[in-house]
Amino acid sequence: MMGGNWLKQLKTQTKFNLLAFRRNPAATFFTIILPLVFLFVFTSIFGNDEIGNGRRVATLYVPALLALAVISATLVNLAMTLTSHREQGVLKRVRSTPLRPWIFIVAQGLAGVALSVIMAVVFIGVGRVFFDVTVQSVGVIPLAISVMVGAASFSALGVALTVIIPSEEAAPAVTNALILPLYFISDIFIIGSDGESAVGGVPEFIANLFPIKHLGIALSESFDPFTTEMPFPVEHWLVVLAWGMFGLAVSVWKFRWEPRR
Amino acid sequence: MIEVEGLVKSYGNTHAVKGIDLHVDSGEIVAFLGPNGAGKTTTIEILEGFRKATSGTVRVMGEDPTSAPAHWRERLGIVLQESEPIPSLTALETVQMQSNFYSFEGRTRPEPTQLLNLVGLGDAADQRVKKLSGGQKRRLDLASALVGDPDLIFLDEPTTGFDPTARRESWKMVEALRDLNKTVLLTTHYMDEAEHLADRIVVINGGLITARGTAEELASVVDAKTTISWTCRTDDVALLTDAGIGRRPGSEISSSVQSDQTTTLCEMEAVEVIPTLRALIDAAENQSIDLVGLQVINPTLEDVYLKLVANPADQPDNDDRTKGADDGR
Repeated sequence: MMGGNWLKQLKTQTKFNLLAFRRNPAATFFTIILPLVFLFVFTSIFGNDEIGNGRRVATLYVPALLALAVISATLVNLAMTLTSHREQGVLKRVRSTPLRPWIFIVAQGLAGVALSVIMAVVFIGVGRVFFDVTVQSVGVIPLAISVMVGAASFSALGVALTVIIPSEEAAPAVTNALILPLYFISDIFIIGSDGESAVGGVPEFIANLFPIKHLGIALSESFDPFTTEMPFPVEHWLVVLAWGMFGLAVSVWKFRWEPRR
Repeated sequence: MIEVEGLVKSYGNTHAVKGIDLHVDSGEIVAFLGPNGAGKTTTIEILEGFRKATSGTVRVMGEDPTSAPAHWRERLGIVLQESEPIPSLTALETVQMQSNFYSFEGRTRPEPTQLLNLVGLGDAADQRVKKLSGGQKRRLDLASALVGDPDLIFLDEPTTGFDPTARRESWKMVEALRDLNKTVLLTTHYMDEAEHLADRIVVINGGLITARGTAEELASVVDAKTTISWTCRTDDVALLTDAGIGRRPGSEISSSVQSDQTTTLCEMEAVEVIPTLRALIDAAENQSIDLVGLQVINPTLEDVYLKLVANPADQPDNDDRTKGADDGR
């Protein structure tokens, strides 16, 4: 197989993954609709008043729920899809072909990255039109970096998560059991004002160890209405990336291609 | 095309395959026949490169499957025993996606629509996989396996769980592969399927090859005899035996009272059917015995199969037979 060919294979497979995603109503709902529903529900519960420093409630919720959308498009989506593919023998069949197996997995991740970019654009648009939340021009590049770092890292974690998911039926339970509590303590659903975390003590300590909160903070810096300097939340990117590398290592080490049954 | 010598596969103390020799020539269709747990899938998955042999040598298209380079798979088609296509894609998209897995350097890429036509799914090209029947999905698997224009095709239980119509349809697919001059190794636990599709049958049981040959050769190997039966009276057996019928060991007349409790069925096995029948009729005429409902029953494929896969320990002379039967290969 010559170089260049794998690039074409990667592109084609990513397209098929996006096609399969588009035709999966549950995946579409949880990734695209639900984060937007949360945004409208939370802002209607808590209002969208100014909360100091020129920020509004939605200034906090747009990046927080964009983080949730990125995680849904990558970690949740990959954990469910790859577990299903493994148990249905799709992955085993891929291995029976000359395709380099990593191309199939990376193409799943690329589909997640593409969906994350789409969700970022949607959130920026919805924020501006409905909630008076804007991204300053200096915030655009850091926002792009945050989305890419988040999407890539959470994709790797999604692949790694399949290692501990025993069956297709268990995939939603295991995934949600891990991320839902973290959403609650990571300032995704409940957000403190004035840059303070909504939770303190042990929950805050735990949230700081995991990557969800860091992705949320990294994204939120691009939505700061008064920033004149380009935000550069490098320490948050590094935490997210470190988790991504951990996910990659676990995936390379332990990923299973064959059904467990 | 396939060369296997002394193949052994053990999982701890469990020996799934206990020493198999196999040779498949280019253009041959060979069936691996055996009951569940015989070692068919383990063997075929070693040949496909999914599992590593514990010992023995394996060469498939000139390569050791576990260390073969990626391009080795370019000319290999595999239908796995349990593999579902992605439900939300259409039949055509499934084949197109599979086609993307091959690089076809210096070769022509087969048209996905033509492959669907070949397996009889031309009309279902735009149907989502989840709307296809079990038989259609299996044919889609076959179309996917043919995407790389393979020289060698592995079919692991291609018709298990099918209704008779779907089975016949699948058989037609395999016959189409013969017309394309492909080499095929298939596994099955149906004797009739093996007989219908394969040039040669290799019977595997308990991790060992217990017999090989055409269906006809296998029938003679297991010594499946023809049965002669008729409705008789209890004292007929003694009269006929006195007249010299059924005296040879193994061809004694046996009688059994039927479930209606009024009639008795007499049976005897015959190696040479016509002389045995002639002697029986002569003796019956002399003794004024009426051979009511006389029947000559040839051994069915099922009888042959059941004898072939009986516990190997029950067939002590198996090894001698096998050696004689497969030296040509």
